[in-house]
Amino acid sequence: MTVTAITSPDDSRSIKRELTRSLRRRKLQAFVLVAPLLLFILFMFIYPIGGMLLRSVYSPDFARAMPATVAAIAEWPGSGTPPETVWAGVARDMLALQQRNEAGPVAAALNVEMSGARSLVLKTARNAGKLTAPYREAMVTLDPMWNDARIWQAIKRLSSPVTPRFYLAAVDMKVDEAGSIVSQPEDRQIYRSLFLRTLLISGVVTLCCLILGYPVAHLLANLPLRISNILMIFVLLPFWTSLLVRTTAWIVLLQKQGVVNSLLVWSHVLTDETRAELIFNRTGTILAMTHILLPFMILPLYSVMKTVSPVYMKAARSLGANQFVAFTKVYVPQTFAGVAAGCLLVFILAVGYYITPALVGGESGTLISNMIAYHIQKSLNWGLAAALGAILLTAILALYWTFNRLTKIDIIGLG
Amino acid sequence: MEQGRSIVHFVNVGKTYDGERLIVDDLSLEIARGEFLTLLGPSGSGKTTTLMMLAGFETPTRGQILLNGQEINRLAPHRRGIGMVFQNYALFPHMTVAENLAFPLNVRALGKAEVEARVIRALDLVKLGGFAARRPAQLSGGQQQRIAVARALIFEPELVLMDEPLGALDKQLREGMQYEIRELHQRLGVTIVYVTHDQAEALTMSDRIAVFDQGKIQQLASPTELYEKPRTSFVANFVGDNNLMAAEVDTLRSDHLCSVVLEGGAKVIAVATDELMPGQKVMLSVRPERLRLDPDAGAGTSSRLKGVIEEIVYLGDHMRIFVRTANQVRFLIKAANKEPHHGLTKGGMLTFGWSAQDCRALPV
Repeated sequence: MTVTAITSPDDSRSIKRELTRSLRRRKLQAFVLVAPLLLFILFMFIYPIGGMLLRSVYSPDFARAMPATVAAIAEWPGSGTPPETVWAGVARDMLALQQRNEAGPVAAALNVEMSGARSLVLKTARNAGKLTAPYREAMVTLDPMWNDARIWQAIKRLSSPVTPRFYLAAVDMKVDEAGSIVSQPEDRQIYRSLFLRTLLISGVVTLCCLILGYPVAHLLANLPLRISNILMIFVLLPFWTSLLVRTTAWIVLLQKQGVVNSLLVWSHVLTDETRAELIFNRTGTILAMTHILLPFMILPLYSVMKTVSPVYMKAARSLGANQFVAFTKVYVPQTFAGVAAGCLLVFILAVGYYITPALVGGESGTLISNMIAYHIQKSLNWGLAAALGAILLTAILALYWTFNRLTKIDIIGLG
Repeated sequence: MEQGRSIVHFVNVGKTYDGERLIVDDLSLEIARGEFLTLLGPSGSGKTTTLMMLAGFETPTRGQILLNGQEINRLAPHRRGIGMVFQNYALFPHMTVAENLAFPLNVRALGKAEVEARVIRALDLVKLGGFAARRPAQLSGGQQQRIAVARALIFEPELVLMDEPLGALDKQLREGMQYEIRELHQRLGVTIVYVTHDQAEALTMSDRIAVFDQGKIQQLASPTELYEKPRTSFVANFVGDNNLMAAEVDTLRSDHLCSVVLEGGAKVIAVATDELMPGQKVMLSVRPERLRLDPDAGAGTSSRLKGVIEEIVYLGDHMRIFVRTANQVRFLIKAANKEPHHGLTKGGMLTFGWSAQDCRALPV
């Protein structure tokens, strides 16, 4: 075969142009084909997540609700109680809020910063019509809590629309009265240990899935097709069963009067008094999550093992390696891509798992996602929920990136 | 001693997977030390199963396999010390070339310096000195094949098995590798058992060839004997091109020749390959290159036939002429491109003939 080189520069430029044109057409076609999905992801996934993440640093609601206060408090350096102008601003904003009947959200926001502030705000708003200058005396008379410098510092913190306070709270820190960043007192630290517990439980679940899934995947990949197809159905069966059903089935099995405990008592391993606590704790979470996430380990392992020809094992054996050496030195390394993919998949899913720990986790088996759900649904502290979520997301992306670097395999095609 | 010369001895070996059909049927075979033996046959003839039983990946259902006089029927493959080259090379993709070569040495717990020295020597042996750090995927098919051969030889086995090692290479590369493997065999003096379904490859490389069909060895002979004196019609047909004619023995003659009657009634003289009886059905076999286009010119032509030229294929160094005779037997004639063959046209008549010595009567 001969290759004709393009000699003149003019020629080469025009042929490049033609190439770009023909490629552009194909790219356009490809883009049109994926456009619906792209739009869907953009509006249903990227946009809400972006909005949610924005909430973790940007919180203009308080400033919008209390414009006069925010304008006045900017002048105040932050020590002691603020000058009369700020008091007047608060009184004016309270009156406006009361008239619009919107004091609730402000009270809630301030209450997050300082407990007891809710009733203070609601009470002041109710009586805002009766307040007269000088406002300082009037408000302190109404509720002496206004004399507390901390309430004013909280207001000052809230008045800035861009704030690090959600992130600080998410890692158990806060801005103290003096304005410096300090750790929360011991008894109020929950998120750091919760993050650690989430990572730990996810790690244990991933390891359990790997230990249980590897032999199964190996069988699936090497048994005759007729048998492996039947086994594959058993692997996939959980996918066709509702997550809730599977989780509650574990409750039935593992609870104190459940099947497992009764069997153990019946076989005299345990007595009626010493029935084991298998659920509503960390054990329950790990057991149920391992079961539910196992297919996510088996399938990537299987797909990689299917491509490893049995001839490599034969070759290793013929070269003098016994079964064990052939397996560990020749077979296992060739499945690393599957191990990496499976572990990453299971770990990421486990880190964000919500329903199962919520149902079977009890006190010691709850994960960070349950706390995020709590802040979204119950405490309505969306900023904190967003900050927790953002930290989780960053941690996973960092993990994914390092993993990619270490294993040099691109599983999902990012990065 | 009987075992002195032979390295492998199959004694009445049988193998079946389903308990009904014998893949290998009562196989007895002695392999001499240092020889290059090829197992040749179509797919499903039992040649690969025979090789796998020798390697230890299959166990014989019956009979015995002896290696250096010891029965190895149930010996694990890694204890046999037999080198093996696989069809698709089976180089470990996650190891470099050097690690692949070091693998059999490392599992034998050789010293580090010894391993390194041997790897370098093995790479030189297959002329791939600079490739130690490459991965198998970065090598061409031919290079991978050479590394696979080097890996099978590096632990200095007495016996190396090759399972269609050149099947994945293109024709030109294959011919080069055939020569190289042959040369390695002569230089190192190892015993090689080679499996192939390519008869040309078998003829080029082997000291002896065992032709397999339906689990049995049809003929075990040197390449020349196999080609010149096939003992059955299967061998005649499988090894090289051939023209076969159904015939019946008429009379036997004293000089290993016999007179046979073709289906059309014509009488020809042929070499009697076996103990034939008058009236026995036989297949006559004549190699296409032994058919003469000008039967009257040369001496020794004993038989003549006439036919219509159906097709002429020009192949450069020779031509293939397909002729159909009056009684519908199709002949292939290979005519060397030595002098111009005028007057050969498709549809034309052609008279051709052969010498009695080139025509063999094979029992059916």
